[in-house]
Amino acid sequence: MPAPGARINVTADGQAVDTANLGFTMSPHEECALEAGLALVEAHGGSVTALTLGPVDAEEQLRYAASLGVGAVVLVPIDDLDWDPQRTARAITTAITELEAADGPFDLVVFGNESADSGGFQVGIRVARAQARPMVTGAKGIRVEGDVVRVQREIDGVQEVYELPLPAMVGVKEGVNLPRYPTMKGRLASRKAVVNSTPVAAAAGGQTMVHLMPPPEQASHLVVLGEGPAAAPAVVDVLVERGVL
Amino acid sequence: MFVEHDRGAVVPAAFEALTFGRALAVALGAELHAVTVGMPADAAATELGDFGAVVVHQAHHDLLTDYGADASADALADLVGSLGPAAVVACGTDRGNEVLAQLAARLDAPFVANVLPDDLAPHVPADASWELTRVRWGGSLLERTTVTAPVKLLTVALHAVEAAADASPAAGEARPYTPAIDPAAAVTIVRERVERQSGQTLATAAVVVGGGRGVGSAEGFAPLEDLAAELGGVVGCSRAVTNNGWRNHTDQVGQTGTRIGADVYFACGISGAIQHWVGASGAKCIIAINTDPAANMVMKADYAVIGDLHEIVPAITAAIRTGRG
Ligand SMILES: Cc1cc2nc3c(=O)[nH]c(=O)nc-3n(C[C@H](O)[C@H](O)[C@H](O)COP(=O)(O)OP(=O)(O)OC[C@H]3O[C@@H](n4cnc5c(N)ncnc54)[C@H](O)[C@@H]3O)c2cc1C
Ligand SMILES: Nc1ncnc2c1ncn2[C@@H]1O[C@H](COP(=O)(O)O)[C@@H](O)[C@H]1O
Repeated sequence: MPAPGARINVTADGQAVDTANLGFTMSPHEECALEAGLALVEAHGGSVTALTLGPVDAEEQLRYAASLGVGAVVLVPIDDLDWDPQRTARAITTAITELEAADGPFDLVVFGNESADSGGFQVGIRVARAQARPMVTGAKGIRVEGDVVRVQREIDGVQEVYELPLPAMVGVKEGVNLPRYPTMKGRLASRKAVVNSTPVAAAAGGQTMVHLMPPPEQASHLVVLGEGPAAAPAVVDVLVERGVL
Repeated sequence: MFVEHDRGAVVPAAFEALTFGRALAVALGAELHAVTVGMPADAAATELGDFGAVVVHQAHHDLLTDYGADASADALADLVGSLGPAAVVACGTDRGNEVLAQLAARLDAPFVANVLPDDLAPHVPADASWELTRVRWGGSLLERTTVTAPVKLLTVALHAVEAAADASPAAGEARPYTPAIDPAAAVTIVRERVERQSGQTLATAAVVVGGGRGVGSAEGFAPLEDLAAELGGVVGCSRAVTNNGWRNHTDQVGQTGTRIGADVYFACGISGAIQHWVGASGAKCIIAINTDPAANMVMKADYAVIGDLHEIVPAITAAIRTGRG
């Protein structure tokens, strides 16, 4: 996904985020999904595969994943910027089925809770359903004990725990762990990583974007209270006015 | 309307969604029906009537001991089959989005998450594609989208609708039913739970003192802690801070952290990236403290103090103490 700063600009035709001056990044929940996989493999053995569906430029993010120690990286290339959630889920399901046919089943497939850009809250769940595997989203804790994954999440301050038999799927939220940074060695090795390109055909779903638009701007009503510590009494006045003092 | 509840207590967002659902029903010329899953929610029927539900379908089943996304979706799918509704609506909470996504997967139907209530009537013809506005990028971008399906599945973005009871309450007629639930759904029912802690949370605190990269270190947060304590508030932070390991992610304000609703938010050494802003903008008053007068946080704040937070924050705490004598 693009990494915008103070605001997100939309292209003139309203079809995409204007990325002319933007870098790209992996979104936070997915970074944590990757870290979850790496940590589980460190504790229990096995290997991690990272998969993304996107334009060829998304290879940059897969190389980043490789630099962290991921074993295999898979790109499902698409020509467009985005596919609708049903189509994305169908393609990822097919790609996973193909990978599993070659190398055996994944014990756990980890998704982000929601994609930071499209925010559909559904791709992982659709894939899990298509694969007939149990799925819990919103995970803030994951622990594998034998053949079971214990998933902990928070709903309005209540902590819930789920126990899913493996193979299973989980959607994680940022905060489930603190993602590692790549080492210099990992960075160098990732340049040579082979990206497995797996084109997949998938039928479009029933939701179609018409256009993007910025939310209504809020008018500025900034009052500068002053510079440095001398402004402290003016801050206190505001706190009194706002009823918190 | 799928009515989210926690062991019988209907969540506030469900009333927002009901209010939306009522407007949608009017636009469609349809009746609003509510669904509650599990016996503990049976008592809510009257109140759901007050919010416009003509009928309240009450799913009863041995498996429905506590919340479960699969069991809830099975219970809904059963009803979609027998009633053939124009739409199924839920609130855009973690559970609401999860249940509707599970339902969508069962029906192989599109699901539009986090819809806004604006301008519904002309865009929801009874038997064709609908055009809706939905929230993306955690609220910093909107999308006009069409949805084409026999039954439209949507969730309503949080805090986008003010919950309001119906001026002329509906009957809320209770209709218990026993849905077909796949025994496999038992696997995703809550196993254990730890009840909510009493005390303040970042989401609900009246005062939040937020610190960003400008704080410089974990220890640098001590003066922010002092100010928060003086005001009976809590400390928040930006993602730069959690990424550096200075504070726990539970303190993070923003798109992938917590959305706050404080009366006053201090943003100290925070530049105001859009992903931080969407978590902070729910605060009623924002006071930015930043060395950079052109920082986005400063430009968007209600009040700003320009300068070094390491000098300004302790000075504010001292001024409060002086005022108290
Ligand atoms: C998909 C996605 C989701 C994200 N979600 C979140 C999120 O939930 N929350 C979040 O916060 N970010 C989030 N981010 C990250 C966000 O884009 C920014 O990188 C982050 O908010 C920057 O944090 P910051 O303002 O603390 O740091 P910076 O942008 O580095 O800003 C530091 C500020 O401190 C000021 N400063 C420096 N020294 C001092 C001093 N001594 N006194 C006063 N001021 C000083 C500087 O002038 C500057 O304005 C997300 C990013 C992406 C891509
Ligand atoms: N194009 C994609 N490539 C890989 N994973 C994806 C893609 N789109 C969505 N996902 C996964 O599905 C999750 C939910 O996405 P969404 O339904 O768009 O909110 C994301 O957090 C990702 O883990």
